[in-house]
Amino acid sequence: MHIDWAALGQVFGVSLAVTVGVVGVFTLGIIGTSRTAQPQPQAAAGGASPVARTGAYACFALCAAVVAYGIYLIVA
Amino acid sequence: MEHITLLIGIVIVTALVFDFTNGFHDTANAMATTISTGALGPRVAVAMSAVLNLVGAFLSVEVAKTISGGIIDEGSGIQPEVIFAGLVGAILWNLVTWLAGLPSSSSHALFGGLIGATVVSVGMDGVNGDAIVMKVLIPAVAAPVVAGIATVAATRLTYRLADNRAAEDTAKGYRAGQIASAALVSLAHGTNDAQKTMGVITLALVTGGVIAPDSDPPMWVIVSAGLAIALGTYLGGWRIIRTMGKGITDIQPPQGFAAQTGAATVILASSHIGFALSTTQVCSGAVMGAGVGRKGGVVRWSTAGRMVAAWALTLPAAGLVADAAALLDDHGNGGIAAVAVLAVLGCGVIWLLSRRKPVDASNVNAPGAESAEPVGVVTAAVRSVAPPPAGKTASAADATDGTDATDDADTSNAHASNVSGSTSGKDASSESAPTPATAGTGSTS
Repeated sequence: MHIDWAALGQVFGVSLAVTVGVVGVFTLGIIGTSRTAQPQPQAAAGGASPVARTGAYACFALCAAVVAYGIYLIVA
Repeated sequence: MEHITLLIGIVIVTALVFDFTNGFHDTANAMATTISTGALGPRVAVAMSAVLNLVGAFLSVEVAKTISGGIIDEGSGIQPEVIFAGLVGAILWNLVTWLAGLPSSSSHALFGGLIGATVVSVGMDGVNGDAIVMKVLIPAVAAPVVAGIATVAATRLTYRLADNRAAEDTAKGYRAGQIASAALVSLAHGTNDAQKTMGVITLALVTGGVIAPDSDPPMWVIVSAGLAIALGTYLGGWRIIRTMGKGITDIQPPQGFAAQTGAATVILASSHIGFALSTTQVCSGAVMGAGVGRKGGVVRWSTAGRMVAAWALTLPAAGLVADAAALLDDHGNGGIAAVAVLAVLGCGVIWLLSRRKPVDASNVNAPGAESAEPVGVVTAAVRSVAPPPAGKTASAADATDGTDATDDADTSNAHASNVSGSTSGKDASSESAPTPATAGTGSTS
């Protein structure tokens, strides 16, 4: 009986890193495009700053690239 | 194709029925949390999943070529009867777990059925023991652990990062992300599971001598397998969707996103690295991880326990049914006919039982499913008292308050039932007609 521990470990490591990475980056994107949860909505007029918005779109683009790579893995 | 005998025809139809139950059983993997967070409406979600499963079926035939060769030894004289018996076992177990609303692995049911039937008709030599451990047991144990840990970490992270953001702003983003992750899971499911059926049909054609060994599945096999799994997915195993989306834990948009992304990542990473993990176990593990990862989140371990029990039973149970079917099959054509009739009857009985408490697109998100259990009541109370993301640091305290309140409610309920019990006892002992007042007390309790 041969159990491929190396492959299992690799699956675990890669899964953990990619999941946390993608969720983290996506959350940064969400932070960039959302307002803070203040009881008095003084920030509501402007929403997020242009810099934050640009950074957020970069985050979403990175996530889209990861999804595209995922589709590539399924097809290939 | 004129070489296809009646028996091979029956096997192909049975394989397509299995494919249908497979789609129907596994809709929950991709779409349960998507539906419960409201990212997609129930009908839209299953339609999208069905289309992606169909697309996935056409993308590759790599799995179909390896499915048959690994666990069952093709050269040991497997007959179409054996495949038929295995499929019957797998279909019946899939329907039983669907009736119970438990997500169990369709692949394990298929393997169990094929193994069980092979053991009866060929003997233990026909089964590859190492392959069972490597391809079934270890992935089944590892999958929920890997997916669970990844999702716990991701859920913690996303709640921490987006802590001070307006929930109504972030929910939209999380839902969009979740749809993308769910789409990946559906596509991966189509490529994997539709191909398993293609592999089985191809195996039947090879054993029947219709096509040469080691050939690719013919086009009509790919088309029909893809259509069967898509149709099953579209009809939706609403019972299982309810268990995964609402029964295990209460899923909020950030959790749904984290769970679905974790599931998609683990499925893709594992199949790419070459250590395939079962989709069902991965998704269930991810949902549990999302429940653990949120502060104030509650995982209903009794439901999770029943699910794990179903996982453990899947292989032997499908195997035993297939054993019985294979024994009957040995009695020639009459035996095969008997198995077919019994299988159809079994499916009919399960369907009739399911009609007593139907679950469909209209009530899949209704909280009623689990509230029969006392745990469900506690969780509902906790949820109503403490909406966790808004509660931030106070959520833990709120959660304990909620539990206290529920305990109080429980004791007052018990008290009320005691009162009504003693009232009815009095009525019985005095043998008088119940006065309107006592009747009222009885009905309110």
